[in-house]
Amino acid sequence: MTAITARSEPEIVAASLDHPAALALINRHRWRWWETLPWLAAIAFYFAFPDYLGFGTELLITILFALSLDLALGYAGIITLGHAAFFGTGAYTVGLLAFHGIWTEPITSLLIAAAVAGAVGLLSGFVLLRTRGLTLLMLTICTMALLEQAANMAHEYTGGFDGLPSLPIAAVFGYFEFNPLYPNTQFLYTLGVVLVCFLFLRTLIYSPFGQSLTGIRENVLRMHAVGSPVKRRLIICYAISAAIAGIAGALWAQTNEYVNLSVLSLDRAATVLIILILGGYGRLYGAFLGAVAYLALEHFLARIYPTAWQLGLGLLLVAIALFARNGILGLVDGLWRRLRPRRAAR
Amino acid sequence: MNDIRLETRGLSRHFGALVAVNAVDFKLGAGARHALIGPNGAGKTTFINLLTGVLAPTGGRVLLSGRDISGKAQAERVKLGIARTFQINRLFRGLSVLENVCIGMAERAGVAPAMVHPVGKRTDVIAEAMQLLATLKLEDIARHRVSELAYGRQRLVELAITIGLRPQVLLLDEPAAGVPSAESHIILDAIERLPADIAVLIIEHDMDVVFRFAKRVTVMVGGAVFAEGTPREIEADPRVRAIYLGQTGQREVHA
Repeated sequence: MTAITARSEPEIVAASLDHPAALALINRHRWRWWETLPWLAAIAFYFAFPDYLGFGTELLITILFALSLDLALGYAGIITLGHAAFFGTGAYTVGLLAFHGIWTEPITSLLIAAAVAGAVGLLSGFVLLRTRGLTLLMLTICTMALLEQAANMAHEYTGGFDGLPSLPIAAVFGYFEFNPLYPNTQFLYTLGVVLVCFLFLRTLIYSPFGQSLTGIRENVLRMHAVGSPVKRRLIICYAISAAIAGIAGALWAQTNEYVNLSVLSLDRAATVLIILILGGYGRLYGAFLGAVAYLALEHFLARIYPTAWQLGLGLLLVAIALFARNGILGLVDGLWRRLRPRRAAR
Repeated sequence: MNDIRLETRGLSRHFGALVAVNAVDFKLGAGARHALIGPNGAGKTTFINLLTGVLAPTGGRVLLSGRDISGKAQAERVKLGIARTFQINRLFRGLSVLENVCIGMAERAGVAPAMVHPVGKRTDVIAEAMQLLATLKLEDIARHRVSELAYGRQRLVELAITIGLRPQVLLLDEPAAGVPSAESHIILDAIERLPADIAVLIIEHDMDVVFRFAKRVTVMVGGAVFAEGTPREIEADPRVRAIYLGQTGQREVHA
């Protein structure tokens, strides 16, 4: 009888790393060929649809916002319906700095917005993440509503309901001006920022920290029992997610050159949640598919049925909830597995 | 007696008027193979919850290698070397068997807070996990999702996660509970092959398991220690037999 040990000889180590399960884990973070496609598509979009670059910019910002939600909701299982709190914080940070002539340089403004939104996430997370489930859901909505009302009441600074129009945003790198009529700069600038944020999130998700978030989502009691500081992990995750959402909001304010209360609204928070569910949460690329599907639907359905386009969206959501719990990406995954012959049946 | 790993002094827990655990003095030495038995509601699981910090005691102390850990949170106690399995599996059901073990090991090894290097770069953790799975004969199903496994195998994964924490003290709450008898031997084999220096406390109802595994037995009744001794002494104790085999005392008691 051999005793069970957790220590090992070098040869055994090498042998055990050849096991398919080990290889799957070792290679999981490797960049796959198709992961380049969304970015190539974005560049192709730039050349193919020069008249739709405003739409494209909004799409990219929505993807980034959905990605930030995916980190908190999809990976760590933090149930939130108030993520616009951080989008709005980022947008108002940029708006207030620019409108009052304090700071207009776009890239540093993004960093400031990320820091402010991250700090709001850290503070609110410290209080909110004691709770779970419905209580947490309600508290996230409350936080957002409080911020919205604060922005409304401080109209001396924020313009209240009317918002802050005509924000002066300095040129990117001091050279590329934002032009409201030809938003080429806006599109490319946004694309660059979204790519950097995506690479950051992707790294995070495949790291041991990201793995521990998945563990918390899958079984929080087991995480406590393996000695994980669960609450600290959740707060850090929430703050990072908030910072990314803040960058998305800041991009929105910069590229539109205005801010209004809509950035803090329940409508925006609900939309991004729908997008994530539509695309598939906890899957990194669900945000991309969901945002494209939602905005395309909004665009075309609104043309066909200007008054009732949301009916089509509602029906689609019902179908997703009934037949495709894991969203569009879940469907694609299922098809892929069925079509592909089972390789190395382990 | 320097080798006492875990000790309780007057450990108590009240739930309102109910005394679930009543002034328990208990010692677990290095390499111990100790069974905790008692009728349902005797306070065995509450006792384990007090040892692991899931519940705070209303009185008394818990010492690990002589150090008072009564005020420490659950996660801190795990870091200090107390690990447990649950009566009902608590697993990462959507993840692979290998990942289940790796998540625990990453916490133990202090790797888990790292945000930059991918999980796959820590081949030391992965190799250690694969090796542990091999010794538990779980290697072949390492890539399977836990939710796809038979219950007996899931029980084994629960044990694997805990062993991966390299505990000094291992608390097993009915490790074979719910496992069909045809599969229970895989659990028992694994428990028998645990590293010799770990102090093991097992809660178990199945007397065959207790006699096969334990060198000492503590009987809990009504939240208090009722008797303690070798399995033979406990088996021979008429008071224990009366409680364990039916309070009506209808059964013959063999001395």
